[in-house]
Amino acid sequence: MSETAVHPTSKLEHLWGRRELFTRLGWGALTASTFAGVVSVARLAVRRAPVEDPTMFRAGKPSDYQVGQVSDRFLKTWRVYVVRQGAELYAIYARCTHLGCTPRWYGREDKFKCPCHGSGFTSAGVNFEGPAPRPLERVRVWLDDAGELWIDVGQKFAHTAFDQPGASVKLPSRIAAIRGGGRA
Amino acid sequence: MKATPPPREGLARQIWRSVFRHRFEDLPRNRMLQITSSVFLHLHPATVRRHGLRLRFTWGMGGLSFLTFLVTVVTGVVLMFYYRPTAQWAYIDMKNLQHEIPFGMIQRNMHRWAAHAMVILVWLHMLRVFLSGSYKAPREFNWVVGVALLVLTMLLSFTGYLLPWDQLARWAITVGTNMAAAAPFLGHQGPGASLTGVTERTDLRALLLGGPQVGDPAILRFYVLHCVALPLLAVLLMAVHFWRIRKDGGISGPPAPKE
Repeated sequence: MSETAVHPTSKLEHLWGRRELFTRLGWGALTASTFAGVVSVARLAVRRAPVEDPTMFRAGKPSDYQVGQVSDRFLKTWRVYVVRQGAELYAIYARCTHLGCTPRWYGREDKFKCPCHGSGFTSAGVNFEGPAPRPLERVRVWLDDAGELWIDVGQKFAHTAFDQPGASVKLPSRIAAIRGGGRA
Repeated sequence: MKATPPPREGLARQIWRSVFRHRFEDLPRNRMLQITSSVFLHLHPATVRRHGLRLRFTWGMGGLSFLTFLVTVVTGVVLMFYYRPTAQWAYIDMKNLQHEIPFGMIQRNMHRWAAHAMVILVWLHMLRVFLSGSYKAPREFNWVVGVALLVLTMLLSFTGYLLPWDQLARWAITVGTNMAAAAPFLGHQGPGASLTGVTERTDLRALLLGGPQVGDPAILRFYVLHCVALPLLAVLLMAVHFWRIRKDGGISGPPAPKE
């Protein structure tokens, strides 16, 4: 039996036959539903809104920190070191710029040292040894009207932005005159 | 029907015959049926070539890899009875397994050492296949399947690394996932990140950790990947891998001597 005998009218020859139509519909539906399933599972891996913990906290009076000292008071709770250098005060985010471990402060050697791959940073957070490519980031610091120090770990400053407001606080002269050392 | 027992056959005999379809006389036909009629043995060839018995061509690396996999599966299931994948409990449960649960220490260490051995053996297996040229036609596709299984072995090892939740685990996964953040196209710090549009919240690192750093969501994700998703994939590919060995002419051996 020739092809023309199956399709008696030549007009219909370019159309799909019944079986071919249902085959294509079936495979199409299967492909579409599989695709939808894969997409939905892939999307499920990322939340609609990130779960965010509070990022701001009160860090005491500037006079709680000794001049030239690196304080780890808030290392365990907020992952920051508070550093007071002369009349300037800043908070270093304790996350190594190499691969994200937590550098420790070694006072006697006057440097931060990362336990994972040995990156070293000065008390200002500047990398000087090991694989770290950049200085440690800082987080936002400011003084409120009562002269109390606030820190927001949600706002970070790369080393190119250290001159921006918030990357450090200039202590007013009457506060800077107090050399500190209370609770640090 | 062929399987219908004769009228005088006892019930016990009928039950036995419903399970085993072959007889036990040591005949070539029965030997073949023992292999081909068993779901557990049918991936094996019904006959073995003489060179397949030579230990020094393959060193049994593939079989040993599979053995260590089986050990990790069995001991892993045992460990799952006492382990809770949360930041609060994971470390304590691991310690209790070692010191509080009878035979917990040996179960945990068997899992650990078998896992280490599996990684080493899979690499040596790959080295052997490469050095003996066993990846050549007709076995090219099975080499590719093997590479996928190697990657799965590494991923199983990586995901299992976090689960003890000790300092080594947390910082190793911190480092490992930060490296994922630098992967081309998939990590937000990697080359081509602007092309794929991944951000710090949607890249491969975020996908693995389920959050900004290694924490509760990360340990749960690694646990599910380690105990369910990756082993299932591995078993699937192993079935293909073993089946292909037979379809590609049996276990690899030295070239046949020219007549």
